[in-house]
Amino acid sequence: MVYHPMLRYIVNRLLLMIPTLAGVAVLVFILLRMMPGDIVELKLLAEGGGVDAATIAMERARLGLDKSLWGQFWDWMGGLLRGDLGISMWTGRPVIDEIASRLELSLQVALMATVLATLIAIPLGTISAIFKDTWIDQTIRLFAIAGLAVPSFWLGMIIILTLLLTFNWIPPLTYVPIYEDPWHNLSQLIWPALAVGYRYSAVATRMTRSTILEVMQEDYIRTARAKGIRERIVVARHAMRNAMLPVITVIGLEFAFLIGGLVVTEQVFNLNGLGKLFVETVTRGDFTMVQALVMLIAGFFIFVNFVVDLLYAAFDPRVRYR
Amino acid sequence: MKVKVLLLIAAALFAAAGAAHAQKRGGELKFGVSAEPPNYDCHANSSFAFVHPVRPHYSTLLEFDPANYPKVRGDLAQSWTVSKDGLTYTFKLKQNVKFHDGSAFSSADVKASYDRIRNPPQGVVSLRKAAYADIESIDTPDANTVVFKLKAPNAAMLSLLASPWDCIYSAAKLKADPKFPEKNILGTGPFTFVEHAAGSHWVGKRFDGFYEKGKPYLDGYRAIFIRNTAARVNALQAGEVLAEFRGHSPADRDKLVQALGNKIEVHEMPWVCSLVVTFNTEKKPFDDAKVRRALSLAIDRWGGAQALSKIALVRHVGGVLRPGYELAASNAELEKYPGFSKDVKKSRAEAQKLLKEAGVANLKFKLTNRNVPMPYTPVGVFLIDQWRQIGLTVEHEQLDTKLYQAALRAGNYEAGLDFNCDFMDEPNLQLLKYISADKSTINYGRYQDRTLDELFEKQIRATSTAERKKLLRAFEDRALEQAYTIPTVWWHRIIVTWKQLKGWHMSPSHYLNQDLTEVWLDQ
Repeated sequence: MVYHPMLRYIVNRLLLMIPTLAGVAVLVFILLRMMPGDIVELKLLAEGGGVDAATIAMERARLGLDKSLWGQFWDWMGGLLRGDLGISMWTGRPVIDEIASRLELSLQVALMATVLATLIAIPLGTISAIFKDTWIDQTIRLFAIAGLAVPSFWLGMIIILTLLLTFNWIPPLTYVPIYEDPWHNLSQLIWPALAVGYRYSAVATRMTRSTILEVMQEDYIRTARAKGIRERIVVARHAMRNAMLPVITVIGLEFAFLIGGLVVTEQVFNLNGLGKLFVETVTRGDFTMVQALVMLIAGFFIFVNFVVDLLYAAFDPRVRYR
Repeated sequence: MKVKVLLLIAAALFAAAGAAHAQKRGGELKFGVSAEPPNYDCHANSSFAFVHPVRPHYSTLLEFDPANYPKVRGDLAQSWTVSKDGLTYTFKLKQNVKFHDGSAFSSADVKASYDRIRNPPQGVVSLRKAAYADIESIDTPDANTVVFKLKAPNAAMLSLLASPWDCIYSAAKLKADPKFPEKNILGTGPFTFVEHAAGSHWVGKRFDGFYEKGKPYLDGYRAIFIRNTAARVNALQAGEVLAEFRGHSPADRDKLVQALGNKIEVHEMPWVCSLVVTFNTEKKPFDDAKVRRALSLAIDRWGGAQALSKIALVRHVGGVLRPGYELAASNAELEKYPGFSKDVKKSRAEAQKLLKEAGVANLKFKLTNRNVPMPYTPVGVFLIDQWRQIGLTVEHEQLDTKLYQAALRAGNYEAGLDFNCDFMDEPNLQLLKYISADKSTINYGRYQDRTLDELFEKQIRATSTAERKKLLRAFEDRALEQAYTIPTVWWHRIIVTWKQLKGWHMSPSHYLNQDLTEVWLDQ
């Protein structure tokens, strides 16, 4: 029996993930089977190749597409329970290998964009709130609105074109892990991280500004000032800590979105990430791959939400989970 | 004396010039590819996405001479003879050829590979089974000789055996596992396999045991998968890749020329690719030849090709065969066919008359097309506009490739804009689009026309070029009169390469000349 309330809360949340993920698994399975088109025909007839019906039937059987929907579903669920995500219907390689080779890049871009966004948003949002209605505030708000208005893939295209036309140089086209060649790695990924991070920071800047402004109206802030505490300490120790809760939520959800959500940005920068993989596999109708990707991203979202909720408790001692 | 000195100086200068153009060894060629192969088996693939990265690992029995298309020369074959009756092809093979694992190559490998293509074992996909239906047997009297015996003469046999898809595999590996090539690369080609990073790149390295001494010149190559067209053009402009071997649009070519000037070379020629309109003859009124012919008559192919060439990679007007090909109809012959006259007004008047006779003067229908911008969308829009000019209303339905293929194969369409691309000019291949649906897996018109089938069969067996040409004109006449499937425009291939890339030869097919044996870098 788990007595400690926090521990009980954690266990309950972990257990709740299971039916949520099961629901996602069923939904994605059904939706995929409703899509018209056939991966076998696409693979074999890619450029007008002639292939007979017997060969197509043989390939469909090999991929398990000749089984009933129930049969395919139980195969899928059985594999999930064993931790086996299956084989890609397009490449024949294990799905886990296909995802793993792209996950590292997507995670790194997401992390870099998050760090950049956080480093930009929290100071700027705070300064904007402190200097409310001054030219400093207006400038930062303009910066944030521009970030919201400008699509990150468009900004990415501008970055690439500027580099190309000014320096006759574009970022490297292939990924090398940072521990193998930091210079190559960072010279490739800093640009998409900037393009994505800018928009990300815009959202967080505005959220930071508005929550700090709200918190600054609270009684305990007035009390702190009345006690003679310096404004810098009032903001840093009292206001910011309480204002961070919604900001953490926004940052967390945006981070989760970046895993697999940067479809167009990845195309622009030719990044071999999960977003690109997602689009390709959906277009091809590679059921096993799409199912696995959806489960991965859903699991990630659920996990990030969970971490954000735990951080709430860390930031706000009033928050206690039962 | 002075003359002698001058002659010596001239000779020295010539020698220096010659040396400057001599092939240089070394370097890694980086090129872009817009898609990635789904597996590693030549016999089961049909896309350039496979040929460009994988072909350099393999050899074929014959190949097209890169500098002299469509001349065929030996790759693994040293020489060959063809019997007078055209039924026996005897190939002498090159000696001292090795696979990349050091094992010796022999005639058994050729036999095993071709047996796999024409009679694939259970579970093995072979897309070219039908192409070799005429082969009765393949014998190997000794390790350096392979004999193909045919059931009937086939005018295209030597060209077919030069197919870039007919990679020669190790007989021993195939015996152990017929599906070995799906996931493994083991060839006798100029480059060994190094790495395939899924979604990212493919790397090959020079095979030092290659049977052509001194080749390949490159240390290796790296095919980088770049799906996005703008990203590919940017990569070319920045010199990150030196080429992309499928083709560029006129706009991309112009952009690169403007940016790079004389640092690049532009190669252009007609492409063995065309767009055709296929009518679903199981749906009214497309079961009526008058209606189909009317829709063909309405198209101003000559004017359209010229206009479209400015914005799309189409340019040429041709019938069932690529314009410029030896066996294709000349322009004078083409103009006699319905839809190919330069008197567009007269053609359209006739079109409207035919539609009226058929009772569908204000016909409305859907044109099913792929949602691929180049060149499908502009040609689709062009066709719809042409039909609009004779009073028809056509809806443009653009589908994702998977859905488009499903629609055409299932007959869920009225008129479809289809493509016809091959690795070479060969009526046995190009005409498959036009013969009866029960004889061709790539005809989606759902009709049967035994006249076309008979003419097709006869031209396969033709023993002279003149006879074959005559039969092909008769075929074309029938095909365009019945208009089940009508050619619209033929593609135009534009390749831009950096000047330091030497030894690569342009061909009318993006499937040819990709083994990189003779490519070198002048740097």
